[in-house]
Amino acid sequence: MRHPIIERLRRALPAGAVLSSSEELKPYECDALTLYRQMPLAVALPADEAQVAAVLRLCHEAQVPVIARGAGTGLSGGATPRADAVLLSLARLSRIVGIEPLARTARVQPGVRNLAISEAAAPYNLYYAPDPSSQIACTIGGNVAENSGGVHCLKYGLTVHNVLALRVATLEGEVLEIGSAAPDAPGYDLLALLTGSEGLLGVVTEVTVRLIPKPQCARVVLAVFDDLAKAGRAVADVIAAGITPAGLEMMDRPTIAAVEPFVRAGYPLDAEAILLCESDGAPAEVEEEILHMESVLRGAGATECRVSRDEAERLRFWAGRKAAFPAMGALSPDYYCMDGSIPRRRLAAVLQAIREMEGRYGLRCTNVFHAGDGNLHPLILFDSNIADEVARAEAFGAEILELCVREGGSITGEHGVGMEKIDQMCVQFGSGELAVFHAVKHAFDERGLLNPGKAVPTLHRCAELGRLHVRGGQLPHPELPRF
Amino acid sequence: MFDLQPLEERIRTAAAARRPLRIRAGGSKDFYGGPLAGELLEVGALSGVTLCEPTELVLSARAGTPVAELERVLAAHGQMLAFEPPQFAGRATLGGAVASGLSGPRRVYCGAVRDFVLGVEVIDGRGERLSFGGKVIKNVAGFDVSRLMVGSLGTLGVLTEVTLKTVPRPRAECTLRFEMDQPKALESMRLWATRPLPLSATEWEDGVLHVRLSGAEAAVRAARQDLGGEIVDGAHNRWESVREQQLPFFTAARELWRVSLPVDSPPLPAAGPTLIEWGGSLRWLSGPQDGNALRTLAGRLGGHATLYRAPSKPPSGPFQPLSSAMLSVHKRLKAVFDPHGIFNRGRLYPDF
Ligand SMILES: Cc1cc2nc3c(=O)[nH]c(=O)nc-3n(C[C@H](O)[C@H](O)[C@H](O)COP(=O)(O)OP(=O)(O)OC[C@H]3O[C@@H](n4cnc5c(N)ncnc54)[C@H](O)[C@@H]3O)c2cc1C
Repeated sequence: MRHPIIERLRRALPAGAVLSSSEELKPYECDALTLYRQMPLAVALPADEAQVAAVLRLCHEAQVPVIARGAGTGLSGGATPRADAVLLSLARLSRIVGIEPLARTARVQPGVRNLAISEAAAPYNLYYAPDPSSQIACTIGGNVAENSGGVHCLKYGLTVHNVLALRVATLEGEVLEIGSAAPDAPGYDLLALLTGSEGLLGVVTEVTVRLIPKPQCARVVLAVFDDLAKAGRAVADVIAAGITPAGLEMMDRPTIAAVEPFVRAGYPLDAEAILLCESDGAPAEVEEEILHMESVLRGAGATECRVSRDEAERLRFWAGRKAAFPAMGALSPDYYCMDGSIPRRRLAAVLQAIREMEGRYGLRCTNVFHAGDGNLHPLILFDSNIADEVARAEAFGAEILELCVREGGSITGEHGVGMEKIDQMCVQFGSGELAVFHAVKHAFDERGLLNPGKAVPTLHRCAELGRLHVRGGQLPHPELPRF
Repeated sequence: MFDLQPLEERIRTAAAARRPLRIRAGGSKDFYGGPLAGELLEVGALSGVTLCEPTELVLSARAGTPVAELERVLAAHGQMLAFEPPQFAGRATLGGAVASGLSGPRRVYCGAVRDFVLGVEVIDGRGERLSFGGKVIKNVAGFDVSRLMVGSLGTLGVLTEVTLKTVPRPRAECTLRFEMDQPKALESMRLWATRPLPLSATEWEDGVLHVRLSGAEAAVRAARQDLGGEIVDGAHNRWESVREQQLPFFTAARELWRVSLPVDSPPLPAAGPTLIEWGGSLRWLSGPQDGNALRTLAGRLGGHATLYRAPSKPPSGPFQPLSSAMLSVHKRLKAVFDPHGIFNRGRLYPDF
């Protein structure tokens, strides 16, 4: 029997904006974490803020859960559907509302693709700095929900540092104006609270971002290492030398081997690791900085440093990094991308520990990641057709994340918790903090209808896993339901 | 280890009796925000750097640590706090800097307090010790409660420890001086900011614009030649006086308004002298203003006006009022962290 919400949504939205047949729902059954698949109850495709609010209001009335979705490139299952939930796609809110070159801001709808903002700002020599590798596809709404990062975030900041204001529709269908183009909006920093909230607190209906002037030029050093640990230490040395590279990325040997045939970037196939270290700014400044970078990298044991001579070569050096994820498809039927972060000085040790885990789990793991900010992306290679490989891959991933927490880091640097890392949340946080997260959620969404089951585990779940840290022998927030 | 237990107990007792507490460390910002209400809760003794990792650009310290001490520790490693919080004669503390969210001259060029907060430890209104964020640059696990604390003026909890991201000191610095009227200065700051120049501070007052350039030697040199103007020697002291609000403009015993606007806003009609910072987005107005009219105008331009300092605290509160939808979100969040409403009542808004 069809759920009554479908009819109500049809009446509220234009023709063709509600999908409910299984062929129509199929493309929405997962995000980029394809391990989890589930057909939603229905998909709603509103075209403007008023329609988004209407969908939310109807779901609230009918007590039907709602899951927001941008482009579905999320890697933690944040947009994974539920059988009892409406999937609210923001894809049709894809208009650039306005670019203000003198104020250096862009106002855009949430379904605008990340790269489209920089393209629209290009005539003014401005751009939007955070550049996730998925930037041709992912949406700014998804970026806000995940607080996404990218190659250039080391110098220019994450999404939270580059968003100025949001319009957010609440579950009741009310629109909140959060932040402003003027600095330091009054009251609590709800902009920070909403950024990275994974669609649990509200649905972003408009985003105002900061644009920055394009640097005059950029060059990149490709540094070659014969030892992974040395490359890890080189990263810490660069930062310790007071350099803030525009990007500092690492690729290990298996990654190099996989991408080189794809892109022909000229990477040395016998290297254990390469670092790409970029400098941008005024030409004389870049020249000075590149020399400094080279000397630090050589000092740390680089066997070779190649400096891009022109823009074409710079792009070629980067091409392999950008193609790394797709190239992995050729290495293995499936891969699982982890996202832990650690202090940079622990890179060498953690990479070594991951090597050891490969043997124990009988699975290969390659590394291509944002080394400069200590954000690992171990890619665990597996084959879902082999009986227990999925389970082994998941266990391998969980062990890496728990190691990151022990090293003083986090289970997620930029991909979010979603469904995937929900159990590891019990490792990173105690019951007091988790209870605060639930209470914050409750303050926005009393009935728990927005993206339920994601990002914050129930205390009950943590207790079952034997991972609940209770301080002082007392469960916090006794007034809240015990999930 | 620092014993936080007495503090927790004091908070629990106050919560049980619904007795308001007024959190105070250095007292350098007693003038800021709404009325000071409640029994004094002194936290200045919670002091000391707990983690200094120059190679990670990370620093943790107890909340009562003076900002001046942090800057001293960092300077020894060639680093600094990018957001240049005022030190207020050595009395400003890390906790106060975070709770007030007041950033200095670098604000729009390098980031605000909130942009550099990585983690906090806090005791909530139930006397429970909580820890959010962490000590690494990238961390998106859980809601960003650390940044929520920035600017909350102690209404959500007692900060006990804060972890910040630090930055290397610029290798070169240079200050330029230009004679310009206000419209011309606003336009120049705006245009310069659309170009990749190493700007790190701007300040206009009384027909004179000062521009600070910071960064690599070559970048500063190139920008200096590009912009023209007159090189100011020993400008460090001037920027200190801007950061510390020690210029005569700030120290006059009059009302002081702080108006934050989108950077492309026109000059404000003001009854008295004006000082401009942050590329045009911060307008200080000295002397009594028609507060309502100013707030309406600021709101229409997309900004807000704060009565920063006044001989007596106004009953309507110093901050631009929130919309009713936002006010109710604020009240609900306040109740999450401080259900009995004991911390710094009325300091942020009269309603909670
Ligand atoms: C090849 C590849 C490379 C990647 N590289 C990076 C990288 O370098 N850095 C990085 O950080 N990430 C990266 N990602 C992850 C992903 O692209 C980002 O998380 C991105 O921000 C997701 O955007 P999306 O539009 O696809 O969101 P979705 O996947 O559709 O949704 C993500 C989450 O946001 C919520 N959401 C979406 N829109 C809204 C809205 N309008 N309001 C409220 N909640 C909303 C969803 O409910 C979900 O929880 C990569 C992914 C892939 C596949």
